[in-house]
Amino acid sequence: MTEIPREEYILKCTSACAGCGDSLSLRYVLKAAGPDTVLVVPACCTSVIQGIYPNTAFNVPVYNVAFAAAAACASGMSAALRAAGKKTNVIAYAGDGGTVDIGIQALSGAFERGTDFLYICYDNEAYGNTGMQRSGATPLGARTTTTPGGKMQPKKDLDAIVAAHRPPYMATACPSYPRDLFQKVKKALSYRGPTFIHILSPCPPGWRFSTEKTVEMGKLAVRTGMWILYEREQGKVTINGPSKAAMVKPLPVGEYFRAQGRFKGISAETVARMVDDARALARRLQKEEEGIC
Amino acid sequence: MFEVRIHSRGGQGGVTAARLLALAAVRDGKYATAFPFYGAERRGAPVVSFVRIDDSPIRISSQIKKPDLVIVLDPSVMDVVDVLQGLRPGGRVLLNARERRDMKGYPTFTVDLTGIALREKLEVAGSPILNTPVLGALAKMGIVTMESAKSAITEMFSDPRNVSAAEAAYRELVA
Amino acid sequence: MLTVATGNKAVAAAVKEAAPAVVAAYPITPQTEIVEQIAEYVSSGELKSQYIPVESEHSAMAACIGASVTGARTFTATSSHGLHYMHEMVNWAAGARLPIVMANVNRALGPGWNIWAEHTDAFQERDSGWLQVYVGSVQEAFDAVLMAFCIAEDERVLLPVMVNLDGFLLSHTMQPLEVEKAGDFIPPLRLPHAIDPQEPCGYGTLTGPDEYFRLRWDIERSMRDAVDVIRGTQERFAERFGRKYGMVDEYRCDDAEVVVVAAGTLGREAEVAVDLLRNEGIRAGSMRIRWFRPFPRLDLSGRDVVVIDRDYSFGFGGVLAKSIAAKEGARPFSVIAGLGGQEVTYEDIAGFVRNRQPGRELWFGVNGDV
Repeated sequence: MTEIPREEYILKCTSACAGCGDSLSLRYVLKAAGPDTVLVVPACCTSVIQGIYPNTAFNVPVYNVAFAAAAACASGMSAALRAAGKKTNVIAYAGDGGTVDIGIQALSGAFERGTDFLYICYDNEAYGNTGMQRSGATPLGARTTTTPGGKMQPKKDLDAIVAAHRPPYMATACPSYPRDLFQKVKKALSYRGPTFIHILSPCPPGWRFSTEKTVEMGKLAVRTGMWILYEREQGKVTINGPSKAAMVKPLPVGEYFRAQGRFKGISAETVARMVDDARALARRLQKEEEGIC
Repeated sequence: MFEVRIHSRGGQGGVTAARLLALAAVRDGKYATAFPFYGAERRGAPVVSFVRIDDSPIRISSQIKKPDLVIVLDPSVMDVVDVLQGLRPGGRVLLNARERRDMKGYPTFTVDLTGIALREKLEVAGSPILNTPVLGALAKMGIVTMESAKSAITEMFSDPRNVSAAEAAYRELVA
Repeated sequence: MLTVATGNKAVAAAVKEAAPAVVAAYPITPQTEIVEQIAEYVSSGELKSQYIPVESEHSAMAACIGASVTGARTFTATSSHGLHYMHEMVNWAAGARLPIVMANVNRALGPGWNIWAEHTDAFQERDSGWLQVYVGSVQEAFDAVLMAFCIAEDERVLLPVMVNLDGFLLSHTMQPLEVEKAGDFIPPLRLPHAIDPQEPCGYGTLTGPDEYFRLRWDIERSMRDAVDVIRGTQERFAERFGRKYGMVDEYRCDDAEVVVVAAGTLGREAEVAVDLLRNEGIRAGSMRIRWFRPFPRLDLSGRDVVVIDRDYSFGFGGVLAKSIAAKEGARPFSVIAGLGGQEVTYEDIAGFVRNRQPGRELWFGVNGDV
């Protein structure tokens, strides 16, 4: 079994909310990446979590950049470092808004150009930093401050968009499965070229659950089959253990929806639609894994 | 200051002719600028480009209103454009044509650039190249030296037929 | 070697001499020829740069920022709408104290679509913390790009520099060009705040009012120091290559009773107008604004001033005229001319001088008073 290093790169005194799924994710991302790493961070919760100038709670260089610019900035950084013969990991670490909405053009451009970097989208399914407005990644029916009656549209299929760029490696993850996340970051960084990890990042204030339940919420997402852990390596799909198990015997989805205030009052039809979508994705991935499509 | 206006159609090389003339003038030790009038560029549309030649640095960027010389690479533009507009008294005209034409009494020089290009098999995508042979005609008119004309052509184009076409135009220019 | 080249080709040739490690750019008329030529140099191996063909200008500047902060020399080029699409990152580059050099081919802003010369595009970036220089010839475009790297990368400055050249009037005009070998004219870049995983730092983290305020003052302090650096660099350039440049390019100003102030090709055309006026007995002179940021001091005492703006700040006035009025306490005759590539000849400029009305504003070719 892989040993997760003891070294910490997320130091004490971050400005994260209690129970933050993002800082938990980043902790394992950096343990996997190690000290020869630069983070490129657009406007998102992570810009705040670092702390306030002249202090920083992160023990790797962090280049903070404008909202739409993470992938492009990382492109330039990677090009310059490689030209100088350096192998430093360049990791763009962006929220869902900075990825699926305002940052999608730069993301697409960087992947199309074959930029040597890892792009991580930590997805708490809303604009958390500005106080929980809907993003393209907000799921159907979820209440946010700009969808007080529940979102009318389904979540944007970011993974399909990224997959269309055919990166050598992409994966989904969740900080409730730290070893899985750790290994995926290691694997992604072993490739040259653009790699991608999409982390579902439970968010107590945004999803409206109590702060001690972050890990549990991520596990519920996976065990109910509402979030599927898988990898796409050189085009080949592998569904990871916890999601394989969930596909055989999922927990009732109601446990996931009832545990979060953002889904309060959601209709049975809306839940059914989301479950249908999740099951359809599972079937598609299973077929891909078996090599049927 | 000697000012030249070149009339052609988009794709015929009028802009390159202007550049070649400027380069040849610089090789003669003079100062020169060449610039096109950029409109909505379309293949086949009438286009105008300009050349200024002087003994001192050229500080003027505005278009040439009163040229000393008008070059017409495509006589068909004369149906739609008044090529003589603003031509100075005593100004000259250089026409790509087989036969002489009266250009309202302005001293007119003719040379069959199209014929020369076809003879030399100087073509791009089926169109005869006019911008290198025209330099030979301009040398004959004394605008630039033939040596500099050839030098400019060789700097911009590697095909030796460009130079032989310019030499043909030098020989065949009719005053 | 003496050759004949367009302004765009001259910029690319200077970039080749400066050999930036990274060039990230996006095509836009009338700048495209610059990036095409650079891509050609990279492809042929004449220039050993990483060329990043980004998908937008916003990304072009973002990529330059990412590259620059590693300590790498970087260059990009743009124009008009491209400059404005990258506006957010233009400000970021200066705030991050990155010595990026950018060529901006001045072009009007839509609508309607207009590809011709105007300075409003770059003047709108005047408060960004970028140094800005405006050139008047193809040779000057080459020279200014070489010097821009020296000035931007000087540790007393460490701010980005924008080299401006008029769309078509310079970008597509062929003029004689002496392509100089830069050699060691541009010292190697040593960025004191380059990213180093051995010394982890947070860059651009959340910054409170007091610290932010101090960082802003640092930009202004460097902008003021830049005047000496510009002067020194231009002197060093003159010694080495023989061509002299100032903050302002003065022509026949010594005994002038009236001076024409303009930027770019209009400033060069104005010199011809000055000669014309002198022949008529009018003691005219010309001051061509080269450096717009930092803004130069002009010796205007006791003279009439005619300022030609190829730009406009709506509801306020010509940017140069108002800047000069504010900085020098002058009462210029403000002429707005050349917008969207409007043709302005030296004869027109001579007319502005003859018919000057200090304190008034004229929109050339338009019936002024509304």
